[in-house]
Amino acid sequence: MQIGEGMPQVFSSNANGIARFALWGVCFFAMFVAIGGTALLRSGFVTGVGQPIAQPIPFSHKHHVGEIGLDCRYCHNGVETSAAAGLPATEVCMTCHSQVFTNADMLAPVRASLASGQPLQWQRVNSVPDFVYFNHSIHVAKGVACETCHGEVDDMPLMQKAHSLSMEWCLGCHRDPTPNLRPPQDAFLMHWKPPQDIEEVRRSLISILDIHPATMTDCYVCHR
Amino acid sequence: MSAIADQKPLSVSDHAALRAVAAGRDPWRSLDELADSAEFRRFVEAEFPAIAERLPLNLDRRMMLKLMGASLSLAGLTACSKAERIVPYVRQPENIIPGRPLYYATTLSSDGYGIGAVVECHEGRPTKVEGNLDHPASRGATDAIMQAAVLSLFDPERSRTPLKQGEPASYDDFLKDIAALAGGWVGSGGQGLALLIEATTSPTTKAQIEVLKTRYPKLRVFKHDPLAARSGEQATATLFGKPLTPIYHFDRADVIVSLDADFLGEGPGRLAYARDFARRRRVRASTDTMSRLYVIESTPTITGAAGDHRRAVKPSAVEGVAAAIKAALEGDKYVDGQSPLEPAWTNVLADDLRSAGRNALVVPGAHQPPLVHAVAFAMNARLGAIGNTLDLIDPPDVMPNDGDLATLCQAIENGSIDTVVVLGSNPVQTTPSDIDVRAAFSKLKLLVHSGLYRDETAFLAHWHIPAAHELEGWSDIRAYDGTASIVQPLIQPLFGGKSLHRLLAGLAGEFDADPRALVRATWKAMDEPAWQQALRDGVVPDSAAASVAVSLIPDTPTPMPQASAAERLEVRFVADPWLRDGCNANSSWLQELPRPLSKLVWGNAALVSPATAERLGLENGRVINMARGGKDLDAPVWITPGQPDETVTLSLGHGRKVGSVASLAGGYDAFALRTADAPWFVDGVLVTPREGLARVVTTQHHQAMEGRAIVRHATLDAFRDNPHFVRDGAPPAPTESLYPDWTYDQEAWGMAIDQSACIGCMACVSACQAENNIPTVGPDQTALGHEMHWLRIDRYYSGSVDDPAILFQPVPCMHCEQAPCEVVCPVNATIHTHDGLNAQVYNRCIGTRYCSQNCPYKVRRFNFLEYQEFEKDVAGPQQAVHNPDVTVRSRGIMEKCTYCVQRISENRIRAQIENRQIGDGEVVTACQQACPTQAIVFGDLNRKGSHVTLEKAVPHNYALLEELNTRPRTTYLGKITNPNGQLAAKPAAETGRG
Repeated sequence: MQIGEGMPQVFSSNANGIARFALWGVCFFAMFVAIGGTALLRSGFVTGVGQPIAQPIPFSHKHHVGEIGLDCRYCHNGVETSAAAGLPATEVCMTCHSQVFTNADMLAPVRASLASGQPLQWQRVNSVPDFVYFNHSIHVAKGVACETCHGEVDDMPLMQKAHSLSMEWCLGCHRDPTPNLRPPQDAFLMHWKPPQDIEEVRRSLISILDIHPATMTDCYVCHR
Repeated sequence: MSAIADQKPLSVSDHAALRAVAAGRDPWRSLDELADSAEFRRFVEAEFPAIAERLPLNLDRRMMLKLMGASLSLAGLTACSKAERIVPYVRQPENIIPGRPLYYATTLSSDGYGIGAVVECHEGRPTKVEGNLDHPASRGATDAIMQAAVLSLFDPERSRTPLKQGEPASYDDFLKDIAALAGGWVGSGGQGLALLIEATTSPTTKAQIEVLKTRYPKLRVFKHDPLAARSGEQATATLFGKPLTPIYHFDRADVIVSLDADFLGEGPGRLAYARDFARRRRVRASTDTMSRLYVIESTPTITGAAGDHRRAVKPSAVEGVAAAIKAALEGDKYVDGQSPLEPAWTNVLADDLRSAGRNALVVPGAHQPPLVHAVAFAMNARLGAIGNTLDLIDPPDVMPNDGDLATLCQAIENGSIDTVVVLGSNPVQTTPSDIDVRAAFSKLKLLVHSGLYRDETAFLAHWHIPAAHELEGWSDIRAYDGTASIVQPLIQPLFGGKSLHRLLAGLAGEFDADPRALVRATWKAMDEPAWQQALRDGVVPDSAAASVAVSLIPDTPTPMPQASAAERLEVRFVADPWLRDGCNANSSWLQELPRPLSKLVWGNAALVSPATAERLGLENGRVINMARGGKDLDAPVWITPGQPDETVTLSLGHGRKVGSVASLAGGYDAFALRTADAPWFVDGVLVTPREGLARVVTTQHHQAMEGRAIVRHATLDAFRDNPHFVRDGAPPAPTESLYPDWTYDQEAWGMAIDQSACIGCMACVSACQAENNIPTVGPDQTALGHEMHWLRIDRYYSGSVDDPAILFQPVPCMHCEQAPCEVVCPVNATIHTHDGLNAQVYNRCIGTRYCSQNCPYKVRRFNFLEYQEFEKDVAGPQQAVHNPDVTVRSRGIMEKCTYCVQRISENRIRAQIENRQIGDGEVVTACQQACPTQAIVFGDLNRKGSHVTLEKAVPHNYALLEELNTRPRTTYLGKITNPNGQLAAKPAAETGRG
């Protein structure tokens, strides 16, 4: 058959416009999805950053750390020796609460736990996937402070995530740890004020503490 | 691989041709390889032939899109996760810091004898068994069975509740029943009551039985130990006037003769013996000396493989060989026909023994008749070896008993016993076929069974009581040399099991006895600090038996030559190296661990020699019927080079149908052919080939590195002439590479494996499995080549088909510096680290398997299916065995040896916190830690003078497939043997390579 002879046009004249619109539309939509998706994945809605989580007992770090001034290690006593910082046993809560607020309704679950032997069940706030092997003790020993990752907990009535704990976020520091270092003895201090010569202190910490940023991005540092 | 009907089997007429091929090739892995059979080619041409065969050749576009779509949508689902809860302690136990393991010393039982262990415990959950350096039977080493103890602890099929007539009942009900009966027993003095104990050396059990006997004077105690061999005891009783047990010192022996003794693979002292033996086999310089081992054996064993001269004879011929060696040693005339071995060979051996004098050692096989033991002791005495390479001690396992199972059955038949308490063993399954235990037990008024599983005996019992696992209860035990140690629990009984001591106390009327107090009472001579120290160390100090001074050796008669034996087919029974009498049959780790020589998994086969197979017209997998004395048994044949002619080897422990793992395995139950009068070997067995073929699963073709210089070996003399023998004829390694060069300014981890020390015992493979959460895949998947062991031990033959030398080579990941796997990964999931590891990142891996395809060593393993259960509620108790420091891998993930990176990381973090370097020997890989012969050395190559650099500096250190320029971090020390120059060495054994 010969083209243009007795055969009707398949597309009308405005098909060109539709096609252009559709092609650009697909491109814009893809970009929108990409940008929007990336933003969404980094937002607190997905990462949980800044979202307080309800707990069986409304334990307030603001009160215990900020107002009373308890050291982190009083409750999280594995932080210097173990991968896990640890959560306090019911008995640790009761060391004080057998003396103060002994009849507070809020603390009834704690007393019940001690009486029944059934442990308290806290909701996890900061978590990394099962294939990530985070170790608290080495970070604290090398001068990465609690507040660097966990934020200003002394201002959190209910515990919330301060950072996304995503791989991107971890790698930010593993690639260049210097801005996040402080003398290890200050690791447990809140609202730490860097001294004047902090840049020099950090540089010397890198060599004194034998930190090798080049090796800190080896995959097995976290994945085993 | 499986010999199934659709594969071309070795044809009988090929045997002559095979012999010719074997002479020209060195080494070889199997007869299939020599024949270049279709089966062998399948595994050489494709790493996973079954997959390649299943893929459609022309995948159309539509199918491709479907698969892509499916994988995308499935990949999306993985991101979903749920909120988690954290559950702290109510009262945090002292010493426990969550996230840090604790280690406790205890002792595991091996056929009743103790081997010391240190068990790693995560928040009260035992996950890994290591050896105890301070324990004489362990010296820091473990074996495969010890590694699997944690798996059997968490076995969901363990018995969970007492059963009365098969119905769930409570332990209190049982105690009520016993209390009701106990009154009568006290009145009658225990008339009609019998205990059936298993092999044990526990002093507390002994004391408790004595208490029971005082309470019930007529109580009778029987012992059922299907793997016992009493010949040594009988021989020493005749020779020295009382039964004695020999303790060998292989580190002092220059010349060792094994008379069918598998001292490296069997017996309660095997780990210590292996270490002592290997100490004298390490050659680093030309001036070093070695011991020499002659092995006369009736079935291939790892001891035979370690031997410098190995002769395979029929089991019944060992007597004659022993007598001939003794005659030659004493200068007597050689009696013709006495020994199947040539007089010249025997004389040279005798000369060698004589020249070694008191540093010689003759070891008789436990299962050989008393005569072999008597002859061996006579030779040792004549050589002056007693007191030097051999000590005699009082038997550590003396337990007063009134006989064995046969005596018990007679007593039941004649009505003198109506109540039997079976403690631990499984007599209904493990009895010789000529004793009808089932019939005898069905006559009983009361049968009580205590065991880990509801096994064959439990089904028959009126009362079944779940037993506590050895990691769950208090006890004590003695080692091969008499050293006592305490067994302490790592965990409360998971399923309410009751320990043996609690049950015995219950029978004595002490219903709520504390097992710890019972054991403590046995050791009341120790004060509290000493007791705590013994618990901490895992050994009771100075408790080893003193050696007994022996004087009189009466003349031993010389056996008559076995005239008629030559043409009669013999059957040799061996205990399966891992399953033993079948008690470990429900352990998937042990079922799937290749047997050292045959590489069989998930079942057993009847081993026959190539010549016997040729005569009878058999091929691999052919079912044969063996008949003797009215009993018969069908079993598939496995043609085994090095097996003596006219001898069939059957292994015990298989063919059980109780337990889901055990019944998954194939294999036959060799107890069906075993009789009480000849428990270890019989002659006059009639063999008839049957029509069918049965599946036999073996891993011997898997991961083959075909036709390359793999195992390099030489004699000691050849090594002294040319210490660099491993370089002979090996293609030189190229110096230039297209791959990137790395610099290693921190640690550079490396491993050296001494093939002279490796005895092929498979402890390392099992330890690797336990440490690295390696799944088992089952018989079907194994048959496809999908087994997941990160470390394998390749077994090579060298020399003739009928009597080859046997070589072992452990193959972990080589951690190449120029790694072919790294460059082909499209997603960077396998990458080079700063200390030279080839790290595998599971969460990045998308399963292309390019890396495995490109690995010349075939050390990468792919999760074809979801071999591990991830749903916590479905996974059951067995998920508790996982090492929390290692990721549990899912389907579609490539994995491989990591040099135990979790251990490197743990030690690095500790060293970094203490601001110091990682010490030499601080990082110990799981395989290295388990190895009884210390063949594996691991460490930092950048550290001057570290153990591993010293090992790698020896002249016979070489890398596998060096010519590929992969620069492996794992290297091997060529195997050095020490054959007697006066014996015409087999051509291939002189120097060789493959």
